[in-house]
Amino acid sequence: MPPAPPAVPLTAYLIVSAILFSLGAIGFVIRKNVITMFMCIELMLNAINLSFVAFSYKHGTVDGHLFTFFVMVVAAAEAAVGLAIILTVYKNRNTLMADDIDSLKL
Amino acid sequence: MPANFIPTTADYLRTLPEIILIVAGTLLMLLEGLAGERNRKGTGPIALVAILAAFGAAFLAGLDNRGPAFQNFLIIDDFATFFRLLVLVVGAFSVLCSMSYFERENNDTGEYYALILFSLVGQCLLASSNELIMVFIGLEISSIATYILCGFQRDDRRNNESAIKYFLLGSFATTFLLYGVAWIYGMTGTTKLDEIGKLVADPRAIDTPWMVAACCALMFVGFAFKVSAAPLQSWTPDVYQGAPAPVTMFMSAGPKAAAFAVFLRVFTTGFSTLGESWMPVVWISALLTMIVGNFAALTQSNIKRLLAYSSIAHAGYVLVAIAARSEIGTAAALFYLASYAFMNLGAFAIVTQFSRAKERYVLVEDLAGLSQRQPVTAALFTVFLLSLIGVPLTSGFFGKFYIFKAAIDSKLFWLTVLGLLNSAVAAYYYLRIIVVMYFHEPGQSADTAPAPAPGISITMWASAVMIVVLGVYPGLLLRFATISSFLPK
Repeated sequence: MPPAPPAVPLTAYLIVSAILFSLGAIGFVIRKNVITMFMCIELMLNAINLSFVAFSYKHGTVDGHLFTFFVMVVAAAEAAVGLAIILTVYKNRNTLMADDIDSLKL
Repeated sequence: MPANFIPTTADYLRTLPEIILIVAGTLLMLLEGLAGERNRKGTGPIALVAILAAFGAAFLAGLDNRGPAFQNFLIIDDFATFFRLLVLVVGAFSVLCSMSYFERENNDTGEYYALILFSLVGQCLLASSNELIMVFIGLEISSIATYILCGFQRDDRRNNESAIKYFLLGSFATTFLLYGVAWIYGMTGTTKLDEIGKLVADPRAIDTPWMVAACCALMFVGFAFKVSAAPLQSWTPDVYQGAPAPVTMFMSAGPKAAAFAVFLRVFTTGFSTLGESWMPVVWISALLTMIVGNFAALTQSNIKRLLAYSSIAHAGYVLVAIAARSEIGTAAALFYLASYAFMNLGAFAIVTQFSRAKERYVLVEDLAGLSQRQPVTAALFTVFLLSLIGVPLTSGFFGKFYIFKAAIDSKLFWLTVLGLLNSAVAAYYYLRIIVVMYFHEPGQSADTAPAPAPGISITMWASAVMIVVLGVYPGLLLRFATISSFLPK
């Protein structure tokens, strides 16, 4: 059965996805707190998920939906590892500001 | 359910190396919990045995069981076999050195080796992936394990800093890759590289070729980060300097080779018809990478940081081979990556040894007078450094020779000239280390320099032998590299 015509055009989803992705990328660059930077990465991953689902709908296949699950699992694994790393940094330095984590510069 | 959705025995045999590594890694984590504090010594050797078993399985699969696996998501061809064998060798030597290192640091734990095995799984998947989502998953399996390895000693501030920088920037770069994948899927309706290759070549199938080129650019960001190519190289010095020495050794040889493998496969199989658009980008990136790496290395005093910049420069040489866009170029890149892996294993084995407990001695000056205390070690280090320069009778010479020959064959004259000038600059900072070892008076730190531990000795000797053998008989490896350089277009 062909998919029913979407109420919202595909372009709208893609534009929202692009805006979310850009917001994440800009946020990553201008924010100083490592937790916020990490949240920006999650935002970018979710923007990609939105694109995948929208494209999947356009093609009428389930591939894109499957990829979304893979991306979500990877994002979860990244969150587990990332938060643990952030925690060890905080324990050793008592700061989460990216500018203060600079002892390796010469 | 259609019959072809059920995996066959051949599928399992072709991915046996990955299966062995995953099972062994999981077992190690269980053993770690069961054995308690006392019996942790056994975990390293178990990991080593698993890697050797995986090596055997990869070799057998490459010998007479080539072909696609799991509905063409993975493909075990000669190219994949070359890189699987390479990363497994790197993994084996890294485990050997790590055993000595963590015994000294009194932090010998099983999860370290489990993480090495998991990272190797990711790298093997990368080498054989024939589908963009597999590429992403392989990249993440390999990277997430490496993020933890970088910060493995939780109390060490340098380790922490290395891990968080690698983690944040690595995840950031990978999202660009994934966004490119999403758009490729949107335009072509598939993520399989061979199907993408056919669709991209067909002018009627894609109505917006410039969008495909934009996706290539997004994916290039992800790959360039992983191979530390300019302008995305800035993480490399900090991460390599801060990570534990055997982890740096592992990272600079294994994941980098796997990332180059997938870079080559994606851009050859998927997007070779767009070569005219992405080649200038690779050209510029190669040149910038060589310049940044070599010139920044000139002023470094920390030996790990120096080798990090040197590894950036070497990524630049491999990019020259990729810019050549020919099978000779691919073969040259393969030969170079393999011979560079041995130089790096050797050099970092020595750094691992001489950093001593808590990595206190990591400056170039700390090596002063090494030739008087330990002439053999100093001589081996000299071999590695000469090979990194590219002096004849070492494998580094032939590596550079084949790369620049491939570049000339593809009429990249300017890139060849600038690359050769760069390798002349590089000679300065490698020779400086040799001068310090042989002609500087030993400082206080030389008195306590310990003799190399067995694992480190084996790594040093094996690397030196490989470098010299390949420097005299490059054909041994070059034939394998030439056979493996075929990628379907």
